Amino acid sequence: MIPRTAKAAVGRRILDAFLAAGAVEVAPDILLPADTLLDLYGEDIRARAYLSTDPIRGEVVLRPDFTVPVVQMHMAQGAEPARYCYLGEVFRKQDHGDTRPANPRDNEYLQAGFEMFSRDAGADAEVFALFHGILAPQRLTATIGDMDLILDAVRGLPLSQARCAMLSHHIWRPARFERLLDRFSAPAKPRVFAVNGAPWTGLRSEAEMAARIERLETARAEPVLPPEWRERLARLFAVAGPAPEALDELRVLSDHMPAIAEATERLAARLDAIAARGIDPGTILFDASHGRRTMEYYDGFTFSFTAPGREGWPPVASGGRYDALTKVLGQGEAIPAVGGIIRPGLLTELERC
Amino acid sequence: MLKLGVPSKGRLMEQSFDWFAARGVRLARSGSGREYAGSVDGVDGVSLVLLSAGEIPRELAAGRIQLGVTGTDLVREKLAGWRSDVVELAAMGFGHADLVLAVPACWRDCEDLDDFASIAREFRLAHGFRLRIATKYHRLVRAFLSAHEVADYQLVDSQGATEGTVANLTAEAIADITSSGETLRANHLKILPDALIHSSQATLLANRTAAEAASVRELLLRLGVHAG
Repeated sequence: MIPRTAKAAVGRRILDAFLAAGAVEVAPDILLPADTLLDLYGEDIRARAYLSTDPIRGEVVLRPDFTVPVVQMHMAQGAEPARYCYLGEVFRKQDHGDTRPANPRDNEYLQAGFEMFSRDAGADAEVFALFHGILAPQRLTATIGDMDLILDAVRGLPLSQARCAMLSHHIWRPARFERLLDRFSAPAKPRVFAVNGAPWTGLRSEAEMAARIERLETARAEPVLPPEWRERLARLFAVAGPAPEALDELRVLSDHMPAIAEATERLAARLDAIAARGIDPGTILFDASHGRRTMEYYDGFTFSFTAPGREGWPPVASGGRYDALTKVLGQGEAIPAVGGIIRPGLLTELERC
Repeated sequence: MLKLGVPSKGRLMEQSFDWFAARGVRLARSGSGREYAGSVDGVDGVSLVLLSAGEIPRELAAGRIQLGVTGTDLVREKLAGWRSDVVELAAMGFGHADLVLAVPACWRDCEDLDDFASIAREFRLAHGFRLRIATKYHRLVRAFLSAHEVADYQLVDSQGATEGTVANLTAEAIADITSSGETLRANHLKILPDALIHSSQATLLANRTAAEAASVRELLLRLGVHAG
């Protein structure tokens, strides 16, 4: 057992590096109002976070991550550009299935994080290089992804806007995504919508149902998704390997999927900016599906640092761009944002052996 | 002394008593019939504990009773990682109940879970909050919907009269136990055919550690139950 104080010391070392990068330290509440998180993550948060009830404040949650409170704080009172850092506990519960794991994961651990609100085009590379520098002695595997590529590819499919929006919404739910693709790839079977004698009940209105039925009827006339597009999408999702090779592959793909051309060149520029900061892009893995396995709020560049040979470990560090989240939490305001966290506990374990 | 937990009232208790009686073990409630104590005839070393069906999973897991009768729905709902704590010994053939997802019968455009998922998304866009499902089976429903990658919903707790929540506008759909579906129909709800969350029946269970004990094995032999 590594003492908590040793992990906290490693955490403070990381925090010092974030401070040296110009960040202001912040300390969000540990007990947060649950409504924002519930609306954002839905029921998943109940399975993952500790919720409790306060007789006056209603449902509260033990801080499951820092990003949301830091964004809220910045959107309420921050001036841009801004850089914040923090060090503190987060609490995550594991709602295991039928069998309890022999070694349950920590349900309370430290996170040291850095969040940057800036319109600077080089922000992704700067944040990545900052994390890379701090973690360099551990020789971790750095993997990056880009949700922009995936979202642009979906938007560029020869389907109606409504269908593209449905697909984008379920990007993080691979089975539902594939089911939708199945549906859009074949002529829609006619549906009956049999009239029954049931009286109207509930909040969803008759007009909402009528509108959906009409949309479904209209959609039947839509051309199906040609198989080559589904193949291209599958090829894009499967792009994985050293970043320079992956970039070549993406450039070839973008000849057939013009929608990803811009995001591909942005990725190229990002890799150049990373190289300019002294990191060889050949040592970074690019995985097009990386962001599909992370938190739903990342909508651009994503990254993680994992420890080779530590099967079953979560990433030692992870982060990414979350522009849309600032819009959701900003009540009309939005600002580009990118950030990430390091888990000092895991770093301490690595340093000890 | 082995402790056997049986639901303390109603048909579940009577049918449990019948099931044991058919195997030569007579269980009875002692005294006036209001007393929660019982007697066991036909086998030695077993005492009867009458409990609420909902508490039997917890008592089994804790080892305060070694054997118990309750629904598999309650075991899965109340015990996270239930297989680590209890063993299912025998399905008893009564107390059948299905945990289902039901929506207003007037939703002519909702015939399966795919429809439900897309309605949930549209509802959230139109109303600004997630579609509400009233239930008391939070873990089971959440696990089922998560496995089927349904998003855009929220669970609202309902400990009774769940079928009424839709008409009362406190939920858009419900997930509840039904045996005949009659209450659902009376409240103008319909079951989504591909959303059977769990099919439950009364089951004889043992605490995982106790299941290995000679006294338990002997009793099971006596009852003609072949534990796997």
